[in-house]
Amino acid sequence: MTASLVVFFVLAALAVIGAVSLILQKHPIHSALSLIVVMVALAGLYLLMGAEFVAAVQIIVYGGAIMVLFVFVIMLLNAGVEEHTSISKMAGAPGLLLVVALAGFVAATIARSAESVQTASQSGVMSSTKDISNMIFKDFVYPFELTSFLILVAILGATVLAQREKN
Amino acid sequence: MVPTNYYVILSAILFGLGVFAFIFKRNIITIFMSIELMLNAVNLAFVAFSQALGKLDGQVFVLFVIVVAAAEAAVGLGIIILIARNRQTLNVERVDLLKL
Amino acid sequence: MNSFLAANAELLITIVKIALLLFVVLTVNAYLTWFERKVVAHMQSRWGPHRVGPHGLLQPLADGVKFLFKEDPTPAGVDKFVYFLAPLLALALALTSIALIPFGPDPIRFFGHDIYLGIAPPDVNIGILALFAVTALGVYGVALAGWSSNSKYPLLGGLRSSAQMISYELALTMSVVGVLLMAGSFNLKKIIEAQAHHPEWGILGWNVWPQILGFFCFFVAAIAETNRVPFDLPEAESELVAGFHTEYASFKFAMFFIAEYTSMITVSCLCSIMFFGGWLSPFPASWTFTHYLPSAILIPFGLWVIWDGIRYETIFGRIILPGVGTVIAALGAVFVVLPGVNEFIQGPFWLVSKILVFLFVYVWMRGTLPRFRYDQLMSFGWKLLLPVSIVNVILTSFVILARMQWGGK
Repeated sequence: MTASLVVFFVLAALAVIGAVSLILQKHPIHSALSLIVVMVALAGLYLLMGAEFVAAVQIIVYGGAIMVLFVFVIMLLNAGVEEHTSISKMAGAPGLLLVVALAGFVAATIARSAESVQTASQSGVMSSTKDISNMIFKDFVYPFELTSFLILVAILGATVLAQREKN
Repeated sequence: MVPTNYYVILSAILFGLGVFAFIFKRNIITIFMSIELMLNAVNLAFVAFSQALGKLDGQVFVLFVIVVAAAEAAVGLGIIILIARNRQTLNVERVDLLKL
Repeated sequence: MNSFLAANAELLITIVKIALLLFVVLTVNAYLTWFERKVVAHMQSRWGPHRVGPHGLLQPLADGVKFLFKEDPTPAGVDKFVYFLAPLLALALALTSIALIPFGPDPIRFFGHDIYLGIAPPDVNIGILALFAVTALGVYGVALAGWSSNSKYPLLGGLRSSAQMISYELALTMSVVGVLLMAGSFNLKKIIEAQAHHPEWGILGWNVWPQILGFFCFFVAAIAETNRVPFDLPEAESELVAGFHTEYASFKFAMFFIAEYTSMITVSCLCSIMFFGGWLSPFPASWTFTHYLPSAILIPFGLWVIWDGIRYETIFGRIILPGVGTVIAALGAVFVVLPGVNEFIQGPFWLVSKILVFLFVYVWMRGTLPRFRYDQLMSFGWKLLLPVSIVNVILTSFVILARMQWGGK
């Protein structure tokens, strides 16, 4: 039981508990807080795999910007506790079975795949930001520019959508 | 070291939980958050494979996924605010007619 | 016992470092409140705290005792979990950011282990990015505190404050990119070493001269991030009652307080490290006589404290102050006598002095400037600070590219 295995199980348990809590909580703000826990746990897992830049970006962008947006919207819209209707309770059990089947199918497919991917060598080397930025700006420069355009469109769209009507 | 299998199984579990939340929660914001959970599960799989294969393509793609998720969250939450203003409810079961 | 110590030596050293740093940071926080009250008072031609202990030095202790004994009511209708989580989150994140800062270049050799000054190892390759990650999460403490208080004014104050923090976070991170381009790494140690490229330039080699735009953007954005005057509208006393911490009493309010002062200290550390050379001396490296400067400052200061203490009004002061003065003077004497310790203490001494200068500037601004109105604040952040920091990045990239193209030095 090496140290990295212990850390992996702790972080994985944290992520799964956060995801289950997202489902079980009644108030959306508690679901949002659970999702933040999941994201921080995933950032820890990225660090464990040596992807330090991705871990930092995950916390800054996902945890520090996107989830803040969610929390703002929940506060502004004064979202309350969820109501229960008859439809949802009925479909709960078969739904759970189907989801377990889906996840099991995906996991089994991967587990039966090529040996080289299963237990490939993880040398524990940290991937450097320099290499990632070399890749982004040399091989992936076209998608990079497209995403900046996408963000511009999203900013404009969100601004226009959230405007109050001029009555 | 941790085998890649473990990461992928965790990613599958998180994705399944995201699908469950997407289908069975009624608050539109919670449904949106489950989409983010699914995206995160996929990101985890990408980084795991990137580490297994020794290439950095997976991590670069994760950065793009994060950017697209940010743009999608911004626009999606704008739409949610509009729906909440027009229908005065955040329950998707009540927003089931095109006409108000 | 010995083998257990040897096997887990790194872990034990880290735990001891954490405990020590926690103690130091909390004490510095307490005396920072004393410092602020004294300085603002003197700027307003009054004395500030001077009854509780000599020169009011025991005032933080009295405040701490007050916080412990005050009633801690929980308002009705609050969301209990989030209400208790928010100050914990703010405090935990503020204290975590101190863990990432290196306080000195050389390690202490202790029984064969290298102990570096600072909790994080010196080769954290994403140093500054990790600090920004912790700062980004700090918005939650404020937003959740405002929302969970189940009251109008905290909600408005919390929303305004978190909107302000998010807006200025952009300018904060962009203004640092110029420094990162020049240093070529996120690592804080490498950023300082990049400023030591010309050891004969001393103060002229620091990043603040080429990055003056970046420095002003960073400093202003940092003040807005930490919700200090002139950007403290969301928590000012005359507006919005007390903003997001209205409904928080004694100990939880103290936690927000400590979080704010700790983030002030972190930002001062970052300013000194990234723009002012961190642990580098402002004098050229060949002026080795300046290595006696710490002693030259500490010994006269200690002697002055003794002299002032002997003539103090209360008996308590007449005992304590000369004692404190003797300790300070003895410390200075130790540095003169032991050259090894003197060399080791140079780095941390300069870093701590720069941090103290920045803290003084923070407090100076509190005593001097009026506060921004909220719309002025937001337009300043988005329409002035963000474009200026982007222009700084473009200019820096052009200069670096030009140097690469046409030789340069």
